[in-house]
Amino acid sequence: MTTQSQAVAEDLLRGLAPQVLGSLVRRYGHFDLSEDAVQEALVAAALQWPDEGIPENPRAWLTTVAARRLADELRSAEARRHREERAAAEAPRDEQVEPPTGSKDVGADEDDTLTLFFLCAHPALSPPSQLALTLRAVGGLTTAEIARAFLVPETTIAQRISRAKRNIKASHIPFSLPPERERAERLNVVLHVLYLIFNEGYTASSGPDLQRGELTSEAIRLTRKVRRSLPNDGEVAGLLALMLLTDARRPARTRPDGSLVPLEEQDRELWNASSIAEGVALVTDALARTPLGPYQLQAAVAAVHDEAARAQDTDWPQILALYELLERVSPNPMVTLNHAVALAIVRGAQAGLELLATLDNDPRVAEHHRLEAVRAHLLEMAGDRPAARAGYRRAARRTTSLPEQRYLDARADLLEDAGP
Amino acid sequence: MKYLALVYNNPGAFEALSQAERDQLMSEAGVYIKEITESGELVGQGFALADPSAGRTVRVRNGVPAITDGPFAEAKEQLAGFYMLDAESLERATEIVTGDPAARLWGVEVRPVMDTAGVEM
Repeated sequence: MTTQSQAVAEDLLRGLAPQVLGSLVRRYGHFDLSEDAVQEALVAAALQWPDEGIPENPRAWLTTVAARRLADELRSAEARRHREERAAAEAPRDEQVEPPTGSKDVGADEDDTLTLFFLCAHPALSPPSQLALTLRAVGGLTTAEIARAFLVPETTIAQRISRAKRNIKASHIPFSLPPERERAERLNVVLHVLYLIFNEGYTASSGPDLQRGELTSEAIRLTRKVRRSLPNDGEVAGLLALMLLTDARRPARTRPDGSLVPLEEQDRELWNASSIAEGVALVTDALARTPLGPYQLQAAVAAVHDEAARAQDTDWPQILALYELLERVSPNPMVTLNHAVALAIVRGAQAGLELLATLDNDPRVAEHHRLEAVRAHLLEMAGDRPAARAGYRRAARRTTSLPEQRYLDARADLLEDAGP
Repeated sequence: MKYLALVYNNPGAFEALSQAERDQLMSEAGVYIKEITESGELVGQGFALADPSAGRTVRVRNGVPAITDGPFAEAKEQLAGFYMLDAESLERATEIVTGDPAARLWGVEVRPVMDTAGVEM
């Protein structure tokens, strides 16, 4: 069949995956087994639909196939259990993931999807497991696709997913939304997982393996899903805006040879105007009517950059003001690094260098290449070429990214050629 | 982030162990591999290298390959095996490798693997 009909089927499947999984878990419990069953149904659909055509009611098709797989699995598990009964006292029935009583159908899909997000990003799971499980259970990606995106063997991802499901089972995590008092904190974890998925893809889009770049679109798609369930949450909107405004620059951030183009040198004609428009509208609306949060503020910074027609038109005083706010709302050394750059541009290199010096004893970044890279950049602005050169070299030795190393060494070389 | 764990020992170090010590090493190694496989942090599988004397060194100078047997430096520690980890940080990778029985008996080097991707500055 055509690759187009394959793509249509794939989009449809990924969209339906969490709904089918949600209804299965609500009806039968057993999150772990249901998730396997849905995955098998998705694989069956991906094989059959492009050739045989998409069924009239794709969701019912998937639910039926998945429910049949689940029933088979439960039957054989039951048989296994009977065989094992003589060996030990009967194990308690597997009800770790219980369907909530009196399950409702109105808005149930939205609730199910949101519940799945919370479950996959449960704090009892390790971050790599949270990422893998979110992509599979909510995103509908196959283990093989996730493995390709993270450049690890399929068995490694399979291990992370089964470990996550064992943890969910062992911790008796219910299939329901977290209690109100934990909701905000748990939502932060969900958003963080989505942000990590986005960053993984965005970073990788400069590498030779462009397939990893698909993770950015996947993260955006999933964040849209969260937003559909929580349309009034400012941080959800802020994160979606941040992703769109960052991803908009993707076509301009690398040269054809794979080398990195710094923001001020990017060809802004290549930026994605519709993503920028959507991101700006989202963050403007969120800032106007919801409590301030770090994703909104980072999105606002990205919006100021994206709205400047040329690098020299950038409204740096506004960016500086936003970083001052960000330092208050959500202080961390990476914010301070960016704050120092804005400060240097608005008030002079010396002011930026003084702020950077406050990080020298911070164990979280003292050895980080970005601290040295920013310092070198500010030293270059200040006209101290030998110190800047040495700083770029130190940063180049510390980074674990080949394109970053190449960029930093090139900056140092430029200062070498021109003499001190 | 990926890290390569490199196990170094003196050639013959394994043979120098008593049978009981070898058995214990093998069983500890089995547990260790199982743990890091199940945590999803071992990438692929680990590899043990044959004795250095079974290998060769190739150097091409001015287009002329010079091939020597070995290395033989008996007294010096040699690479004995390696495996790849996918861990959150160098701290986590270090913590993992601390559980490797080879680190107790000999030494394990942990080296970050360069990423082919990066972030513009």
